[in-house]
Amino acid sequence: MFVTNMESVPAMKIVKHHGMVTGSTVRARNIFVDIGQWIKGLFGGELKGYSRLLADVRAQAVERMAMQAGELGANAVINVRFATSTISLGAAEIYAYGTAVEVRSEEYGAGEEYGE
Amino acid sequence: MESSALEVTAFFLDYANLFLLLFFLLCGQIGERRHYRSILAREKALSRISTTTLKNVNFPAEKVVDVRMVCGHVVLCADGFRRVLAFFRGLFGGPVRSFEAMLDRARREALLRMKEEAGEASMIVSVRVETPSVTGIDNTYRWWGGIEVVAYGTAVTLKD
Repeated sequence: MFVTNMESVPAMKIVKHHGMVTGSTVRARNIFVDIGQWIKGLFGGELKGYSRLLADVRAQAVERMAMQAGELGANAVINVRFATSTISLGAAEIYAYGTAVEVRSEEYGAGEEYGE
Repeated sequence: MESSALEVTAFFLDYANLFLLLFFLLCGQIGERRHYRSILAREKALSRISTTTLKNVNFPAEKVVDVRMVCGHVVLCADGFRRVLAFFRGLFGGPVRSFEAMLDRARREALLRMKEEAGEASMIVSVRVETPSVTGIDNTYRWWGGIEVVAYGTAVTLKD
């Protein structure tokens, strides 16, 4: 599965569009982590707990999007974008969306019909 | 002897807030200097990976080995002293220098982590930098003086 935020996959030709695919994750924070990070924040520097949370949430959103694309029979997701929103006081959402397409290596030749 | 010790303790307690602020200032300064040193060293080490914000780059088809998305995340927080500084600056208006350095650090760190994740890739195309606000509610967050930066792009590995 190719996942990219370019408009095409390099060296590949788009042969079929499968439409838009999305993946979202809502993750709540832990109150104890919050307090710990607040105290750590007073001294300045990086808040590793939140960095990791951000990375995990994003990876999961992309994974879900790729899974949906796989179910549609696509082998690539192009033009991926992210959107974030804070839904309620403690929870945050990351939303990943892109276009599921089927790509083929350009070696098959430009004139060849897909499927045969 | 005992009375003098008590006086010293009382003196420290009277100005506890001030000492705490100075302590935060010290921690913040040391942390920032150390962070900048590591940023500069890693930027030099990773300078072989070129980045571009272009959406489409025409690579020769036979050279492309691998295409994948890479992300770099960082959450930084201003220390207590800077927050107080920023608060007073907010009363009078004007540039908040104490936060400018922090923003610069966060952006560069996020880009560096993205490059580190790219590993052996030769180029990162379509780089985007975002500052989402995931871990905090907007208002409290501003008061916190924290910033989250996410940099993402498509790493392309080319054959020699």
